[in-house]
Amino acid sequence: MPESDPSLPPDLLRGLTSARLSRRSALQLGGLSALSAVLAGCGIAGAQHSSLGLSAARAEITKFWAAHKKTGTLDFANWPLYIDVDAKDKNVHPTLDAFTKQTGIKVKYSEPIQDSGSYFSKVQPQLASGHGTGFDLMVITNGLYLDKFIALDYLVPLDQSAMSTFYAHASDLAKNPSYDRGNVYTMPWQSGITGIGYDPKKVGKKITSWNDLLVPALKGKVGMFADTEDLPSSALCAVGVNPETSTPRDWHKAAAWLKKQQPLVRKYYEQDYIDALSKGDLWASMAWSGDIFQANASGATLEFVVPSEGAPIWTDNMCIPAHAAHPRDAMTYMDWVYQPKIAAALAEYITYITPVSDAHAVIAADAKAATGTDRTGLEQIASSPLVFPSPSDFSRLHRFRVLTKAEEKVWNGIFEPIFQS
Amino acid sequence: MTAATIAPPTAPPATGKPRRAGWAAKLVPYWLVLPGWLWLAVFFIVPTVIMLSVSTMTGDIEAGFKQTFHWSTYTDAWSTYSVQFIRSLEYGAIATLLCILIGYPVAYWIAFRGGAHKSSLLFLLLLPFFVSFVIRTQSWNFMLSDNGMVLSRLRGWGVVSSHFHILQSSTAVVGGLTYNFLPFMVLPIYVALERVDPALLEASADLYASKFTALRKVVFPLSLPGVFAGVLLTFVPVAADYVNSSILGGPKTTMIGNIIQTQYFTNLNYPVAAALSFILMAILLVGVFLYARLLGTDDVLDAAAA
Repeated sequence: MPESDPSLPPDLLRGLTSARLSRRSALQLGGLSALSAVLAGCGIAGAQHSSLGLSAARAEITKFWAAHKKTGTLDFANWPLYIDVDAKDKNVHPTLDAFTKQTGIKVKYSEPIQDSGSYFSKVQPQLASGHGTGFDLMVITNGLYLDKFIALDYLVPLDQSAMSTFYAHASDLAKNPSYDRGNVYTMPWQSGITGIGYDPKKVGKKITSWNDLLVPALKGKVGMFADTEDLPSSALCAVGVNPETSTPRDWHKAAAWLKKQQPLVRKYYEQDYIDALSKGDLWASMAWSGDIFQANASGATLEFVVPSEGAPIWTDNMCIPAHAAHPRDAMTYMDWVYQPKIAAALAEYITYITPVSDAHAVIAADAKAATGTDRTGLEQIASSPLVFPSPSDFSRLHRFRVLTKAEEKVWNGIFEPIFQS
Repeated sequence: MTAATIAPPTAPPATGKPRRAGWAAKLVPYWLVLPGWLWLAVFFIVPTVIMLSVSTMTGDIEAGFKQTFHWSTYTDAWSTYSVQFIRSLEYGAIATLLCILIGYPVAYWIAFRGGAHKSSLLFLLLLPFFVSFVIRTQSWNFMLSDNGMVLSRLRGWGVVSSHFHILQSSTAVVGGLTYNFLPFMVLPIYVALERVDPALLEASADLYASKFTALRKVVFPLSLPGVFAGVLLTFVPVAADYVNSSILGGPKTTMIGNIIQTQYFTNLNYPVAAALSFILMAILLVGVFLYARLLGTDDVLDAAAA
């Protein structure tokens, strides 16, 4: 849940918290800083307009966006199974086709991102050496690696004047999030909950709590995640601590909980847990909400639960990598998907938490118009707390802990040995 | 070197021209090995030196890494990950041994009983390797899954309990390693056995050796160079593998290759990753060196001659 601070303009807040913004990002924005230095040198620069100031940075950003016009091409890097597909041809994406039809921008869509960490380490050398990633738009989860992308100025600040659809329709969850105040760099793509997915027939009872994953009857049939965000945050919830405000003492408590559970765990999974869960190798597992929805849509009979102690919520964000060749086209697309109709079309397929709450009315209307199994499917989506969580659901969902560099070392040192034993 | 002896041993003439020709001829072998040296320098020595220098740096990805000759990275890395190092060597040793036990009879059979079909049999052995390594490993996940074709049947017959599983265990990892590296053992053994003259078997039979004694005293010693090569080709890549552990493994089957991968790609901790790679390389080099000294090819040939 983004806490908003109405007293400060959000982008100013962002600027105040990152002093290097003007210089570094100016360099990234195509050598414009050289120009500004020259201008500052020979002009009669007033004290209130130094080249290090926030207005100078803003001016650079405005100049950058003025210099970049529509090119008609957009290279989009996304995660697998994270966009609508045509029922007949998996390579056809109806919303992308609609976008091309309306704007004339052709989208080259690919799915190279398996997880934020390895994607960051893949593109980091390219970005550091000043080359583009080959993409204009990428989807990165909030957390350690999005923070790194921002801290290293690897993202292009968005054109705030081209976000009218976003500001008209974005939900409270999407606007002004804690990890990117003022949406300076990102607009959410989808959010999701990390909870427990299980097969009620095999487990034989209802799972309601993280502690249900400590039952000896599940030995060898429990899956957990192999990562340093979802796994620790879930364990912190399990021991009754809010991950966002947790202390190193809590981390040790959570690690002890995980170690106690380890003999029951079959494997610490990455993306492959959903396959094991659908096949029956796992009876219960940490899971992402939308995955369970999608698995059920293709025939599984799994259930997803947000444990009573609370659960992590994360947001995958659209952002523009530095040196992108077609930033204006990316900007156009990012704002375009915030139309309720488009957001609904995406949500009906992806079934994660959509950043557009107005999409709810569209899906409900679609459900009324549909017949048969399509209708029940759409009704389920429209009424699901996993796609449209209520305010009381949100009170149980927690963002990841923001870690300093020193804390990150301690954190990794505590939690990594658990899944890499 | 022969070029040097062919060059006329004349006294140095005043012009120096013939001498230059002699020098050029002397240099020919060096020119010939130059591409090999360049290859080794560019793709092995330079990266190794760079990694060695990275391993003693300190810092992080945002601030950059600086050379501080921080050698304690090595001792820290060893004390943190010695479990995974030792596990990798254990898995390597077990998988290599299994490869010999399975591979030797296969190679023997193809070499002595293959007849006209030898090349087709070898082709059959290699056929699965035309499919990607990862896909072949992943396919075990389908075959051996808890409700897959094997385990559901065994459970139906009451042979195994309902909680029994093969996947995500050390058995699965060692099995996968053995399966994936078997041809690297079979092929060198086959080459060695292929060179054994069948007349030697007849001769040993004439000298009243039983078939088993002939195998033990004649054929096996002659095939030892093949086994020696097979062990090297299998053990080194198996101990450094990380694919089998990540696809078939579970908790407590992490190998050192997985740790190195995480340090490079998840933690972006290049010094620790480089140090771990060097420790692994050092262990394997020392191991191979000792192994070659103890069971070197020369000694093996001596054993065969005795």
